[in-house]
Amino acid sequence: MDLALAPETLARWQFGITTVYHFLFVPLTISLAALTAGLQTAWVRTENEKYLRATKFWGKLFLINIAMGVVTGIVQEFQFGMNWSDYSRFVGDIFGAPLAFEALIAFFFESTFIGLWIFGWDKLPKRIHLACMWMVSIGTILSAYFILAANSWMQHPVGYRINEERGRAELTDFWQVLTQNTALTQFFHTMTAAFLVGGAFMVGISAFHLARKKHIPVMRTSLRLGLITLIIAGLGTAISGDLLGKVMFKQQPMKMAAAEALWDGEAPAPFSVFAYGDVDKGHNSVAIEIPGLLSFLANDDFTSYVPGINDINKAEQEKFGPGDYRPNIPVAYWGFRWMIGFGMASLGIGMLGLWLTRKKFMLAPGLRTGEDEVPNLVLFKRKALSPRLGRWYWIIALWTMAFPLIANSWGWIFTEMGRQPWVVYGVLRTRDAVSPGVSQGEVLTSMIVFTTLYAVLAVIEVKLLVKYVKAGPPELTEDDLNPPTKIGGDSRDPDRPMAFSY
Amino acid sequence: MELHDVWFVLIAVLWIGYFFLEGFDFGIGVLTKVLARGRPEKRVLINTIGPVWDGNEVWLLTAGGATFAAFPEWYATLFSGFYLPLLIILVCLIVRGVAFEYRVKRPEENWQRNWEAAIFWTSLIPAFLWGVAFGNIVRGVKIDGNMEYVGTFWDLLNPYALLGGLVTLTLFTFHGAVFASLKTVGDIRARARALALKLGLVTAVLALLFLVWTQLDSGDSWSFMAMVIAVVALVGAIGAIRVGREGWSFALSGITIAAAVAMLFLALFPNVMPSSLNAEWSLTVTNASSSPYTLKIMTWCAAIATPLVLLYQSWTYWVFRKRIGTQHLAETH
Repeated sequence: MDLALAPETLARWQFGITTVYHFLFVPLTISLAALTAGLQTAWVRTENEKYLRATKFWGKLFLINIAMGVVTGIVQEFQFGMNWSDYSRFVGDIFGAPLAFEALIAFFFESTFIGLWIFGWDKLPKRIHLACMWMVSIGTILSAYFILAANSWMQHPVGYRINEERGRAELTDFWQVLTQNTALTQFFHTMTAAFLVGGAFMVGISAFHLARKKHIPVMRTSLRLGLITLIIAGLGTAISGDLLGKVMFKQQPMKMAAAEALWDGEAPAPFSVFAYGDVDKGHNSVAIEIPGLLSFLANDDFTSYVPGINDINKAEQEKFGPGDYRPNIPVAYWGFRWMIGFGMASLGIGMLGLWLTRKKFMLAPGLRTGEDEVPNLVLFKRKALSPRLGRWYWIIALWTMAFPLIANSWGWIFTEMGRQPWVVYGVLRTRDAVSPGVSQGEVLTSMIVFTTLYAVLAVIEVKLLVKYVKAGPPELTEDDLNPPTKIGGDSRDPDRPMAFSY
Repeated sequence: MELHDVWFVLIAVLWIGYFFLEGFDFGIGVLTKVLARGRPEKRVLINTIGPVWDGNEVWLLTAGGATFAAFPEWYATLFSGFYLPLLIILVCLIVRGVAFEYRVKRPEENWQRNWEAAIFWTSLIPAFLWGVAFGNIVRGVKIDGNMEYVGTFWDLLNPYALLGGLVTLTLFTFHGAVFASLKTVGDIRARARALALKLGLVTAVLALLFLVWTQLDSGDSWSFMAMVIAVVALVGAIGAIRVGREGWSFALSGITIAAAVAMLFLALFPNVMPSSLNAEWSLTVTNASSSPYTLKIMTWCAAIATPLVLLYQSWTYWVFRKRIGTQHLAETH
């Protein structure tokens, strides 16, 4: 059979495509839920209308986005059974439990309270309505935790034993699966990265309006909130990334050696800035390196020994029998760099932005020339940035929206492909995980169907987002400012139109 | 009763919850084409399930997740074996979820009509296919000694399973019509009642055929009892809608679904997926289940989470308890 179209290859492509696509929506959902809830809290506490307008604006974009996150998530749950049935048989005893927990505890929460939030504006007193949004936010975070615990078990299996008789792995300590350091650091890293996406999203869209001098009060608040989120999340991502890196150096040395294209073990080991190598011969032909830095990243010590790809491959061959235990090294190497590069660029832009938009400097009243005219972004107290530079800032801010998404996607590609040829590291190989009974035609069909469907939906989704972004925050009505005081809504006028209807 | 038996019951409960809840929202989706006159009425129908359909769908995700965790072999055989039908169901659920959320996001009539058509088809097809799938599970399919499904897609389209598909389709549509009559006011409510009555009679004939066939094929005295309950409840639901007791009718159509699903699971037990090639190769609650430790943890989780879920989901229905009609739709869109 043609290897390029072997069911295993197709199933892997399908998993990669559907997962990366699903994960374009997930981080934005997680962070926008919390940020929207935060803005709504600000409204409930201060009754300042700009917060309510901001809540409605970002809430709407959140809803357009979460719809896609939810529906593409359904595929993820069933894909294990469809394309990876031998995986499911082998690890279901362990992997299934956090998945079931996710559904029982997180999905029900999210989906039920989101219905209450969307339709509840005129049915719930404002504090209860606000609590619903926080419930949605908690639901999204819990969901991330359970799925990351499951994924971490694949990266670093703990709390299990192999049952030879049944030919499968069995759970012995669920608490360990939920609380192992891989799961906790991955959760920390993924959460902060998610807020990087939400922060950049807010910054970009606020910049879009501010550059056009529209909706200034709402967008100014949103811009600052976005910038602060971007910076806190950026720092958090860097710290958690460092922690996660150290964990991986211990647990998956091959993945980190591949991420650095470190072919042979060294002490001290250098950090690679750029490398071009020959995978077949197992060495780099061009390499620019910073001495000792990799040793430090791995072990907090500039001189320690870090094993290389060739050493680990040899050790694994001795342990698991003949074979090639190296992942796709160019993908791991460049994926790692794209992830860090785009993530750190987002952080840098956030810091620059926050500095440029300091309270007394940005849109300073002294620079107003007329009632309607809004001044440019200013650098020093009475000196505006040249219009050209000012424009560039807004353009960069807009492009920043894409950066954390690229970083996130490469982060996952690196994490998942860096573990190959294992699906469960050191326990189960990917080629032994596919469904033996599923034909090439079936996998090909589903891959074509999902890819086409996802492409069409992406176009629709982006167009809708653009439409609602351009529309800006809505004007408030009497009803918006006077939420009901009773659960189920007021009974004043039985024929009053619903605040929200499909 | 051992833990794997408990989980067999719990998975049955999750499917009952799913078919009870998503049953009426599938039904509403089908009725947008059959019952509604004009687009405002379509919108009224869609809004009756607006706040709840998403929560209803999670019952499926939970049933799937629970099967993965409690009966990994069942999960693996079922979803790799029923590959293409499941693919169709997944596509429908994706399009359906997006359709509900995106339909109102643009004012153009063309846009909204397309999404409305999508809601109709993506409600009808899964409502039918779930019946086909369960028909096949109960009847048994070609499973070999390695627990792999070795039949083809066409094997799944046998008369018994197709009849099962028609039963779920009509039963859910009936359930949806009763729900529509319970949740709406005005003209549409009266028509929903009249239609429910007709649908109920068609459902009764098909369901009786299917349930008796199941009973003769693989039933025991317990499944017989469930069958009697299902049939009596269905007759009661039809009678109640005839005399205008919508709440009772809805409760009874719900009981019909619950009892019918219970009957299928009772007919199945102790198998979870019988093999039609060799009874020895059947998947059972013992050879398909997880380890006792995993089942114990899952039992704790279910014991704590399930009552909470029922509590806050019921609260949602309470918050949105008011009937709606065309006068409640905002001017825009």
